[in-house]
Amino acid sequence: MSEHEHTCIRHVSRRDFMKIVPAAAAGLAIGVYLEDPGPIHADNTSFEPNGFVAIDTNDDVLIWTARSEMGQGVRTALPAIVADELGADWNRVKIVPAAFDPKYGDQSTGGSMSVRTCWDRLRKAGATARELLIEAFCQQNKVDRKDCVADNGYIMHVPSGKRASFGQLATFAAALPLPKDVQLKDPKQFKLIGKSLPRVDSPEKLTGAAKFGIDVRVPGMMFATVARCAIHGGKVASFDSTDALKIPGVKHVFEIARGVAVVAENTWAAIKGREALKVTWNDGGHANDSSDTLRQQFKTLTATTQQAFRKEGEVEDALASSGRKIEAVYEVPFIAHAPLEPPVCIAWVQKDRCEIWAPTQIPAWTFGVARGITGLPAEKIKINIPLLGGGFGRKAFPGEVEEAVQISKKLEAPVQVVWTRDDDLQHDYFRPASYHVSQGTLAQDGKPSAWLHRFSSTPIQTALDPKSKTPEALELGGAVDLPYLIPNIAVEYAPAVSALPRGWLRSVEHTFNGFVVEAFIDELASAAGRDPLEYRLELLLPARTVKSGETTFDTGRLANVLRLAAEKAGWGKRKLGPGRGMGIACHFSFYSYVAQVAEVAVEKNGAIKVERVTCAVDCGRVVNPDGVRQQIEGGIIYALSAALKHEITVKGGRVEQSNWHDYDILHMSETPQIDVHLVQSELPPTGIGEPTFPPVAPAVANAVFAATGKRVRKLPIRL
Amino acid sequence: MATTTLNVNGNDYVVDVSPDTPLLWVLRDNLGLTGTKYGCGEGLCGACTVHLDGEPTRSCTLPVSDAAGKKITTIEGLASSSNQALHKAWLDEEVSQCGYCQPGILMVAAALMAKKPNPTDVEIDEALDSNLCRCGTYGRVRRAIHRAAANSGGAK
Repeated sequence: MSEHEHTCIRHVSRRDFMKIVPAAAAGLAIGVYLEDPGPIHADNTSFEPNGFVAIDTNDDVLIWTARSEMGQGVRTALPAIVADELGADWNRVKIVPAAFDPKYGDQSTGGSMSVRTCWDRLRKAGATARELLIEAFCQQNKVDRKDCVADNGYIMHVPSGKRASFGQLATFAAALPLPKDVQLKDPKQFKLIGKSLPRVDSPEKLTGAAKFGIDVRVPGMMFATVARCAIHGGKVASFDSTDALKIPGVKHVFEIARGVAVVAENTWAAIKGREALKVTWNDGGHANDSSDTLRQQFKTLTATTQQAFRKEGEVEDALASSGRKIEAVYEVPFIAHAPLEPPVCIAWVQKDRCEIWAPTQIPAWTFGVARGITGLPAEKIKINIPLLGGGFGRKAFPGEVEEAVQISKKLEAPVQVVWTRDDDLQHDYFRPASYHVSQGTLAQDGKPSAWLHRFSSTPIQTALDPKSKTPEALELGGAVDLPYLIPNIAVEYAPAVSALPRGWLRSVEHTFNGFVVEAFIDELASAAGRDPLEYRLELLLPARTVKSGETTFDTGRLANVLRLAAEKAGWGKRKLGPGRGMGIACHFSFYSYVAQVAEVAVEKNGAIKVERVTCAVDCGRVVNPDGVRQQIEGGIIYALSAALKHEITVKGGRVEQSNWHDYDILHMSETPQIDVHLVQSELPPTGIGEPTFPPVAPAVANAVFAATGKRVRKLPIRL
Repeated sequence: MATTTLNVNGNDYVVDVSPDTPLLWVLRDNLGLTGTKYGCGEGLCGACTVHLDGEPTRSCTLPVSDAAGKKITTIEGLASSSNQALHKAWLDEEVSQCGYCQPGILMVAAALMAKKPNPTDVEIDEALDSNLCRCGTYGRVRRAIHRAAANSGGAK
């Protein structure tokens, strides 16, 4: 996923546009797209237009969205950016979900980057189309550009009030040369950006009409399950399909790379057939892997100095000095994404072509897998992207795609591979487990003089590429960019080994590093006898710039959201009863600043109820405020499930959890009041799907401490 | 395999499936009614909820043989006036995110409102507490039910 895509705009003739987008409307007259020379995809294409807007002679404005809709509202937010710059009538905008095509550029949906990275490009696309229409109007009416405006689907000459609709101008405009360096709108003139437009995908989701990946039906399609080795790292030794084939509806049983496929006339027969299947597994030497053996590995790795990825001052000396020393160990388990729609994929491989229906976050990866297995030329592979019933990072990964393509290739028939819930929980690409040793020393004034964060995790990078020389690549965020001003800092990391697959889950490594940093700073504050809010503010202000991966952030903006959340929550102002407490935490991730105050009630039996979360967010300019609120509410609830409930444990090489009864998520009655406060900002929009996750667990753990005096250093939070 | 007659959304269908097949898969794979969702197969998440003679029922654990002779309503068939109020409230509150769990939640909400036109928060929680939503729409679901109740005169 490229962070820095260069954009130039090309204008295509209707004929060429129809070649690029065959589904385009019949009366289409203008097509503008953005050409993006990078990044390089699986097939090394360098020609990658990135967003489309087209204007039909019937006044329809077609806008293609080339990002996956998984509940985050991209099908509404992205077109609104184009339509606003264009001056379109939102009621005439038709949103066209794009199939995978390298011509659209990077279609990956993840990293909370859809609005952030498309913002400039989509504005330019809309502005370019607008200027073409205005130029057409000016030439036809012999008026000056400066006297004309685009608004609500019309170009108008302001002094005379004369106007023409987009559709009336489209054919003429299509013959004009593309304008160079178009002027973007003054943000004060935005009409759609900043407004809570109704989500375009909502109505069909209430009637059963919305088609998720699992709902796609292809004529002649069969249904498949796959028996995979419960012991991670194991493989098929042998299998006996006799009983499976006796199940009515089961048609085929055969081995594929990952296990044994059971293909049937319907999903139920595929499930029953797999239950009847007898497989002998080779455990691959992992039959003794467990959460305990991993914990031992973590302890050994964090017992000694490891490679430092941030080092300032002399931590060892400072820790050895006479100041007060605080030490804590934090443990964070594997967790599973568990989208409600489990992983599914339909593949239809024929001799000369392959078509896929995958609810995927990374269609380019799906494409690469299909191409690798089938060996077909790029133009013979089509990837359709239906709605995703939740993604959260899981649907970036192509396990089910690989299986579906392998099965379909063998049968030369359309096949839908369905993962059951236990498949999903036992064979997920898990959020890494991690183990953290934190040490700090307080100076005489109570401020920290040293900060050591030494940790180990089962890295994502080595799961993706076992030979990777940078196992830490996806583990350090939120740790190395510690925002607090401390003279001596060391952040050390060592990778551990595990056979469990790992992948990025909503907020990735920020989920654990955010917890550790914000829990430990809270411990230092209480050791210093200081208010946790005041202590943080003192270490954040005056505002400084801190390096964070490829970017930097402003500690002043972090302090600002902290103060806002605290003020709105009544921090230090409200008297809480016995067994109740407030905790605070803040975190910068995905280019956004978030602070939260959690209010908890702890019952005598130790049950923890989170009653209220007050959340302040600075994510730059807000394109769709209600959409942003949805993401914030959802992110907090997703993170609360992780903070309070989620733990994937391993015994005998197998994942112990299998369904919602032992991998429970937050229920309605457990959902706290969530108060959201957005910072008004003129800065470009930044991420929102992920950054509200990291502060949740530390805010709750810090609140539990406030309520009970007990520090919980292990997730999920249990007393 | 055995022949079973099902009455779904007012229409009779004859299906030839194993009698132990859960109603969910018959709806989805045999009748093409894919609005009813699979989420766990064990009756734990409610994504598969349908009405059986008006009662919300988990179709993923209900053998099709037990559904024969009963009136089955799926999300596709949910079109009474109270449900139009629910749909409108769902849109006004912008409840859905990914939307995958919403058919099951709407089936439960509709059955709740048929019995209790103006449910309290506690009654809503009780009815919907085992309908799981991974996107975290619970607060909006509650608000939408209250809004639907108010709009259909339940809040008299």
